[in-house]
Amino acid sequence: MPIWNRHKECMSLDERAELQGKRLHKIVDYVYHNTPFYRDRMQSIGVEPDDIQTIGDIVKLPFTTKQDLRDNYPFGMQAAPQSEIVRVHASTGTTGKPTIVGYTRKDISVWSEAVARAFTSFGVTRDDLFSVAYGYGLFTGGLGVHYGLENLGASVIPTSTGNTEKHARLLADLNITGIACTPSYALHLAEVLGKSGYSPEDLSLRIGAFGGEPWTENMRREVESRLGLKAYNIYGLSEIMGPGVSFECEMQSGSHINDDHFYPELIDPKTLSPVSDGQTGELVFTTLTKDGMPLLRYRTRDLTTLDHSPCSCGRTMARMGRIVGRSDDMLIIRGINVFPSQIESVILGFPEFEPHYVLVVDRVANLDTLLVQVEVRPEFFTDDVRTIENQQKKLADAIKSVISISAAVRVQFPGTIKRSEGKGTHIVDNRKIL
Amino acid sequence: MTIHQLSIFVENRQGTLIKVLQLLKEAGVQLIASTIADTVEYGIYRIICSEPDRAYSILRDKGISVALSDVFAIELDDQVGRAADTLTLFSEAGISIAYMYSFLLKGKGILVFRTDDNEKTCQVIREQGLKYIPESDLSKY
Repeated sequence: MPIWNRHKECMSLDERAELQGKRLHKIVDYVYHNTPFYRDRMQSIGVEPDDIQTIGDIVKLPFTTKQDLRDNYPFGMQAAPQSEIVRVHASTGTTGKPTIVGYTRKDISVWSEAVARAFTSFGVTRDDLFSVAYGYGLFTGGLGVHYGLENLGASVIPTSTGNTEKHARLLADLNITGIACTPSYALHLAEVLGKSGYSPEDLSLRIGAFGGEPWTENMRREVESRLGLKAYNIYGLSEIMGPGVSFECEMQSGSHINDDHFYPELIDPKTLSPVSDGQTGELVFTTLTKDGMPLLRYRTRDLTTLDHSPCSCGRTMARMGRIVGRSDDMLIIRGINVFPSQIESVILGFPEFEPHYVLVVDRVANLDTLLVQVEVRPEFFTDDVRTIENQQKKLADAIKSVISISAAVRVQFPGTIKRSEGKGTHIVDNRKIL
Repeated sequence: MTIHQLSIFVENRQGTLIKVLQLLKEAGVQLIASTIADTVEYGIYRIICSEPDRAYSILRDKGISVALSDVFAIELDDQVGRAADTLTLFSEAGISIAYMYSFLLKGKGILVFRTDDNEKTCQVIREQGLKYIPESDLSKY
């Protein structure tokens, strides 16, 4: 299989460490002088940019958390002046405040490089006709993959999400050879294709790039057989860049991290000390080359493993395993990050409801569903159906406007929801995908 | 002037009604009238019974989604048009009926309903001298 940037993807481990060290020194110096947040943090622990010379020195630097991003909403973490920013994306946040990420022209070009490496590794060439069925918009999935595929030279069809029937028809009529979307959307699409009378033989699909939510080997096999393609994992997060932070090669033995740009560490989420290869820990990223919103040691909350040994595909970048969970209570529903606290804050805004709720997540016909069960306060209690349905609709609309996906709301009678004892007990995830 | 009705939130799943009725049976609670309001996702099972308050605690302790609601129960003479006449009185007073059902009790027609204004409803019942069933009467049945 060809390699997009052999020089960067296959350099020796020593060369790699040296490049990472140089870039780390440079980025630390840059944020020290351009992000007051990091200057304060570093000064408070007595670290100067010159203390950071090798990649090993990274452990001297402070961590960054999602809370830090929220506290500095909207542009506090941005290092580049606004005039240099050419694009802004936003991801969901825990309190309804999104995380705003500004990209410079150079950032977009690094991102496109990262995505081009990924899709080359999947076997995509200039001759492919690729449908991008991630959401286009504030979410990084659509545009991120789009630019990367254009950089590679493939023909990009910006299908985006929704209108699955039309998508199914295009896949068949245009002889589309590749598709990028969330794995659950791929299964939904397979369903719609089947209903419209198409079988895998009617399609020309050969490559699928899936990510944006956790998935299993079983799902991989199912997508592969139902769409007649080979399925690859692509990983990313908008705080760091978007899709393309890591990707699988033909060996499918972990996902290669573009670690000349996004340096990974694995830590124990409780003690914050490093975790060795093969052990499960929380993934932490430092952006080594980002100008718009560089982050030092950003705690992703994603739990996985790392493997620094070179891969038999020839790449020497570190590999990460599958995401096996979260070190917080974030849910990924239809590829969108949803924090229970976002829904809680919506519920708290209504005097009709008690702050007790249960979130039931399920996967029905390959699409994630979210049910919010909430209790009405005694003084607002009524057993008449119309009033209950109005209450449900009002809350469902408000939730949708905050988390941007639809949730079913079930208003329950006073005192009928089990009081939660500690974190996470108000979440029921029936998807069994991990 | 109102009586306690059990309102039970039932999911559209086999066996939910039987569970409720079985619990009432075991507790020796007599069912006087019941009706179900059904929607696509759930139903509300409304019950008039001999001992609503005790039944409420029992069901609640068993994890049933139950609430007590205040409804009116008016006794009607066994004559054509009584229901129409009675409802007209409320309508003229500007009172809306949220839901209503009826049943026969010892040969008498009973109209059970919930309104959007309990106070006004009581006033109409008093002024018009309508015959209502007080809570204390339920235990007699």
